[in-house]
Amino acid sequence: MMKENMSNSEESLIKPKTLEEVRAMIKSHKRNDFIFSSIGLLTIIFALLTLLILFVDLVMDGYPKLNYEFFTDFPSRRAAHAGILSAWVGSSLIMLVTFVTAVPMGVATGVYLEEYAPKNWFTDIIEINVTNLAGVPSIIYGLLALGLFVYTFHLGQTIVTAGLTLGLLMLPIVIVSTREAIRSIPVAIREAAYAVGATKWQVMLHHVIQYSFGGILTGIIIGMARALGETAPIITVGALTFIAFLPPAPLTSVPPFISFEWLQSGFTVLPIQMFSWLSRPEHAFHINAAAAGAVIIMLTLLMNGTAIWLRYRIRKNIKW
Amino acid sequence: MATTQLKDPPISKRLAKNIKRNFIERVIEIILMFSALTAVFITLGIVYILVSEAAGFFKDVSVYEFLTSRQWSPLFEDAHYGILPLVSGTLTTSFIALGIAVPIGTIAAIYLSEFASHKARETVKPILELLVGVPTVVFGYFALLFVTPILQKIIPDLPTFNMLGAGIVMGIMIIPYIASVAEDAMRAVPMQMREGSYAMGATKFQTAIRVVTPAATSGIIAAYILGISRAVGETMVVAIAAGQQPTLTFNPLEGAATITAYIVQVAMGDLPHGSLGYQSIFAAGMVLFVLTFLFNILGHMARKRFAERY
Repeated sequence: MMKENMSNSEESLIKPKTLEEVRAMIKSHKRNDFIFSSIGLLTIIFALLTLLILFVDLVMDGYPKLNYEFFTDFPSRRAAHAGILSAWVGSSLIMLVTFVTAVPMGVATGVYLEEYAPKNWFTDIIEINVTNLAGVPSIIYGLLALGLFVYTFHLGQTIVTAGLTLGLLMLPIVIVSTREAIRSIPVAIREAAYAVGATKWQVMLHHVIQYSFGGILTGIIIGMARALGETAPIITVGALTFIAFLPPAPLTSVPPFISFEWLQSGFTVLPIQMFSWLSRPEHAFHINAAAAGAVIIMLTLLMNGTAIWLRYRIRKNIKW
Repeated sequence: MATTQLKDPPISKRLAKNIKRNFIERVIEIILMFSALTAVFITLGIVYILVSEAAGFFKDVSVYEFLTSRQWSPLFEDAHYGILPLVSGTLTTSFIALGIAVPIGTIAAIYLSEFASHKARETVKPILELLVGVPTVVFGYFALLFVTPILQKIIPDLPTFNMLGAGIVMGIMIIPYIASVAEDAMRAVPMQMREGSYAMGATKFQTAIRVVTPAATSGIIAAYILGISRAVGETMVVAIAAGQQPTLTFNPLEGAATITAYIVQVAMGDLPHGSLGYQSIFAAGMVLFVLTFLFNILGHMARKRFAERY
């Protein structure tokens, strides 16, 4: 269609026409306009509708399983009694480790690159690395974790390994969003703080990081949502697919009330649980997989939705 | 700080505080720098692990066999170590995915950027961003239990695990990504260029195709390349729906393992650390890393060009 249209109008440019011909030309161009905008609209509706159908299908398949017991049962050989208790507990604990590793490091890197880093080859190398890491397939992080955390540092196939792996995966997302958030803060704010004698770090801690908190939070939530849904790196790290126990509780009744034993525990997570049900041939387990999938989708959509809403609000309420 | 100014202590004391302050500032800067260096360490770590484990693999397997043998069966008695079947699986699924995602994503981007009303764009764009975040394991479910059964009705002797279904779903998965990045590139084209085109009497369609799209080419290409890199590195959809049997074929109606699916398959089983099978996933991972690394660099370069253009 594009080619036809091109040759059409090129001809018309070369030799001017009678009024009728010009009118016909305008008409055909307007028709092309209309045709394309219809195609565009239909394409978008088609794409969104397909995805909607897929999600509705998933939720409908899993609906019969989505009850209270599903969340409080361990996985089982009998599909009807299988639940996601160990999976969601595992996911939450791993998210905790991920959060603790990725957020301080990501924010620190973002602040450094945006505010401290001199413009030289050294900084360039760091920047290229961050950009590249964002595009490395997640399974490669899994191989890194398998070789490094499991077999070099001997952390084992445990929650702490999985959490660190996902933390590395999430790092570039936090870095990029921190930098964007910091960049949007006017120089005048920094200058005002310097003028009353604040040191660079005081300016960062009391002003820049606080004002860009919303933007940083957006990145953190998006990163956590991604980490929550990530399956491949966790498989290579060595998640178990059938776990009928919970990791030791982080809070204990005897002093010092906090225990870190759970870090050393074996684990499974929601996407792995879904994957393992999905790879079974029995249909009953596929229903479980659909229910687990519905839970995962709800969680990630909720998190990403919050992040996008947050960003929208920040854009709207810019004070300077 | 305020109290020091009020009481006005001797200069020596203030200087002492300054030294402490400067010291703390220095320490903090160094801490921040080290956390920034983590990014470099991660990349080095990836390269080190892949290379060192793959080196063990290439001690037993010649590079020549790795690149030319037409069979990949490291875990069998009669072991062959040719990466080609895995590469063919990866390329076939990626090709199908891009065949779907590139046209639909581009049209959607052009429509959103040039035709849609402000309100429609503000509604669809966040939805696209939301969809980019849906976990891939869920798409694997769609490929295996929704798309493949439908395809089997059209093509009766289609196996349960096939590259076509996996590729199609992967394409659907990448559409929002390509549409979103390409739309950003087109929005970055300055308004004056469109206005100039309209002033010459061009229609919206002509402006979109002949002014905006060429001006945003590098950004759109960046979107494609990042899409390719995603398709090549995609793991769960192919691991679930494309089959686990490495076959040197480009026929989408057959099932075949991709590089990523092979890694998952081996990782699911418990291979002893240091065995040839264990090392083979790192060799396969290295091929994958090199492939996506090249695409990412290309995409980055294309992106940089479009950022500097205006």
